Amino acid sequence: MVDVNKLEFGIETFGDIVANEDGSLKSAAESIRQIIHEGEIADKYGINVIGVGEHHRPDYSVSSPETVLAAIASVTKQIKLATAVTVLSSDDPVRVYERFATLDGLSNGRAQVMLGRGSFTESFPLFGYDLTDYDDLFNEKLSLYDMLRTEKAVTWSGKFRPSLKNQEVYPKTENGELETYIGIGGSPESIIRAVRFGYKVIIAIIGGQADRFKPYIDLYHKAAKQLNMPEYPIAVHSHGFIADNEDEALEVAFKNIKANFDRIGLTRGWAPMSREQFDHETQVGSFYVGTPEVVANRIARTIDLLDLGRFDLVYGAGNQTAAQRERMIELYATKVIPRVKEILKAKEAAK
Amino acid sequence: MTIKRVGILGAGKVGIVLAGLALDAGYEVRISGSGTVKKIDLIIKTLVPGAIASENRDVVENSDIILLAIPLSRYKNIDPQLLKGKLVIDAMNYWWETDGIREEVLEPDSTSSEQVQAYFKDTTIVKAFNHMGYHNLQEDARPKGNPKRKALFVTGDDHKAVDEVAHFVDTMGFDQVVHYNLADGIMTEPGSPLFGASLKYDELKHIIDHFNETEFGKQVAASQK
Repeated sequence: MVDVNKLEFGIETFGDIVANEDGSLKSAAESIRQIIHEGEIADKYGINVIGVGEHHRPDYSVSSPETVLAAIASVTKQIKLATAVTVLSSDDPVRVYERFATLDGLSNGRAQVMLGRGSFTESFPLFGYDLTDYDDLFNEKLSLYDMLRTEKAVTWSGKFRPSLKNQEVYPKTENGELETYIGIGGSPESIIRAVRFGYKVIIAIIGGQADRFKPYIDLYHKAAKQLNMPEYPIAVHSHGFIADNEDEALEVAFKNIKANFDRIGLTRGWAPMSREQFDHETQVGSFYVGTPEVVANRIARTIDLLDLGRFDLVYGAGNQTAAQRERMIELYATKVIPRVKEILKAKEAAK
Repeated sequence: MTIKRVGILGAGKVGIVLAGLALDAGYEVRISGSGTVKKIDLIIKTLVPGAIASENRDVVENSDIILLAIPLSRYKNIDPQLLKGKLVIDAMNYWWETDGIREEVLEPDSTSSEQVQAYFKDTTIVKAFNHMGYHNLQEDARPKGNPKRKALFVTGDDHKAVDEVAHFVDTMGFDQVVHYNLADGIMTEPGSPLFGASLKYDELKHIIDHFNETEFGKQVAASQK
């Protein structure tokens, strides 16, 4: 049963390049500064979390999310600062710990680690890793990260990184532990892995109906019980766009989400997004697009259906203007979130 | 041959979806992962209750048709003897996330299913279920005659086997566009306008019939010269 009072809402960005009003593109540097401003807006309106992705491509401005989050930390008070996600497979867990522990100190304990295998390939050749080790890399590095997270001296050895012998890693955090999620794309094995480590889970639902994830969430809870591990409410992340006018929302979202998905599809060999596909995603699938009322109803349905504890909306896909991005965050915070809570409370009362 | 028992090698996203469709179609379903039954037991019980979690040998021995739904880079982990004399659907594709660098997995001058067939030389391979995304496979299955029904491309060298698989695809909830040439599997490999698309029969047939006019078709034709 969804606990409405404990529900968390986040926004996430992959650092897409921002457009000027005339359609030309801002620089990566300007796009990064825009995110800091958006973090400020999100914090002002009481959004719980901002997540910033890690990419190493020309179409995204952020390769070093903790640095961006550190800047957001300095201009905000409440909002949690997350990565969406940190590509642990091609990173050094010791450095990951150090960066987040630093961010946690800077932000009075607001750092939140989201670890994933990543859904892009670029970081592998860049940092000298072999994609064929995709799964092994993540497993090994997660096991090291898990030891570091205890904030005690670590003795460890593995295949992909030099061994550690009784090594302390600094700084220690004030809470004694970094809040950590594992971001997963829906492979059943990933769910079991997250349960084994006892981490919170955020599922990326980027296509199709949320309904198909219901059995996966059952799997998470059953596995946690069977393995006697902690159970947390599940978080979900999906794409969306909100505007005051329904047609405007659909047109901006279609143009931008399509451009974004098609560009990625080009390198992976999948076909361009059709209007039919897009419409299906916005009507019953996993794009949350429209006026605040439409988006609130669809988010409320998903939260209720999957019994979620947190919902993160991915914003800014493609090349949106600063005004479109900022207005969306404002509408999400001031109209959508309160309305989602209202719908869920009414549902609860009716039960 | 009447198909009553369906075996699925691979308990990942695609294998699970195919198991669900086969259960819905009324088949007896066995499924195996890369390891022990224990490793996938809870996953199968929760995600596709009714399917029997098992290991490769048991799945193959007790099934009338086998679906290969493992990462393409790992098909050589399966002993070709195990599938000897079997009718096998190749639902695999090259996919960077699980397979790594293409050149390390596939020879550049032939299609993935031809290479799978060459490896499993005493097995009848038919390519199907490979070009539609797994969530579309899960959501778009419809009974015959439903106006929303989507279609899948089925191709292989063995005429009779292709017809059997086409019938099987029909029972799983999809129309079929059929070819009798395994090498035509290229038409649905990554880069093709069909890869990742979910189309109705007429739309699928149109692209297949005019494949040489698509950008990807032109590239393929150019590389074969």
